[in-house]
Amino acid sequence: MAKITYIDHTGKSKTLDVKNGLTVMEGAVQNNIPGIDADCGGGMACATCHVYVKEEWFNKLSKPEEGEQDMLDVAYEPKKNSRLSCQITVSNEIDGLVVTMPEKQI
Amino acid sequence: MIKTDAVIIGAGPAGLFAVHQLGIIGLKAEVIDNLDKIGGQCIELYPDKPIYDIPGIPKCTGETLAKKLIEQIKPFKTKIHLSERVQKIESEGNNWIVETNKGKKFISPNIVIAGGVGSFEPRKFSVKNYERFEDKYLFYYVKNKKIFKNKKIAIFGGGDSALDWALELSKISKVILIHRRSEFRGSKNTLKKIKKLSKSKKIIIKTSFQLESIEGEGKIQSINIKDEDGKIENLKVDNILGFFGLIMQLGPIAEWGLSLNKKHIPVNTENFETEKKGIFAIGDICEYPGKLKLILSGFHEAALAARGCFKRARPDEQYRFEFSTTSKSAHERLGVKKK
Repeated sequence: MAKITYIDHTGKSKTLDVKNGLTVMEGAVQNNIPGIDADCGGGMACATCHVYVKEEWFNKLSKPEEGEQDMLDVAYEPKKNSRLSCQITVSNEIDGLVVTMPEKQI
Repeated sequence: MIKTDAVIIGAGPAGLFAVHQLGIIGLKAEVIDNLDKIGGQCIELYPDKPIYDIPGIPKCTGETLAKKLIEQIKPFKTKIHLSERVQKIESEGNNWIVETNKGKKFISPNIVIAGGVGSFEPRKFSVKNYERFEDKYLFYYVKNKKIFKNKKIAIFGGGDSALDWALELSKISKVILIHRRSEFRGSKNTLKKIKKLSKSKKIIIKTSFQLESIEGEGKIQSINIKDEDGKIENLKVDNILGFFGLIMQLGPIAEWGLSLNKKHIPVNTENFETEKKGIFAIGDICEYPGKLKLILSGFHEAALAARGCFKRARPDEQYRFEFSTTSKSAHERLGVKKK
């Protein structure tokens, strides 16, 4: 279990307990967190679960693979610290992770 | 006005198999899809990636599956209207009138929405006021490259479309290729050619930059691009091209008066009809308790929706359940030669 904080683009935040093994995207979708669409359902095929990861956390996560970087090219306003939340798996190590959602996904 | 037994919206696996299931029980269909090719997400999102859960096919790519489905529906000679998006749906008596963005009209007692997560549309820029230049000085496609002759063009993107057009347009105009990171996902071969051209300043490459703003009244005068550290550079350009791939947008489906639940259309599980009689929804777009977004679920939904269509298309006939192995009428429809 890990505490994951989701902050929307207006600054409103919600912290959830997400079970290990789920992805950060699934944690949001299962708990009706708005701002993460996940149209393709976690297939790394749509870039609608795009989040920004706070720098200190960004470097702690495993590096995004090439396919994820390719998808981030087509995300809404990608930045240096962009990730697809469907590619971040929850574990004890990321307890306390904070992600910020872009203004919109499409 | 094209008259048919069922209009299928979406030429992905669910829509294609719906053609088959309608055809085998003697119903005609017309298919409409916004993409310029057949296969839906299979062909647009993962043509080369393997699928492992199609019953009876241990492994096949998205492209192969699309090809096989096209082959399977060949006997029904179904017209597939590509690069057209359904804009409007209206009821007329027991029929539905379906109109596309190109003005084509269909009349049918049945509509099968097999639209996935909506239609594929180009991902657009997100800077302020970009819309005012759209289709005049700012584009997401190239229809007529002549309009770019002797112009200064900023091309944004890192995929094949961006690279191919940078190379092509560099022959007739000045090209600046701008991408948000230093790696390009497009063809290595094309990239090599572009890098070569950049040495002789025929193409300027700017990586780790994104569009910050567009300057100009009426037409584009210059653009500001921003790098990762926030440093801004001003570039004089006449045109902007953006190639950020396609994204799925629900689009006009939201305006057809169907109740939606988070971009999905609720259906019953008997024949996958929506709350509107004669409108069915199958595949990724439909929703019911236990729904799985698998291609195989789409096939099952297509089979049952086709039987639902039969009742409305042939109200005076009795539907008979038959097996394709033994049914004479199915064989005739499939064009199976008698031994």
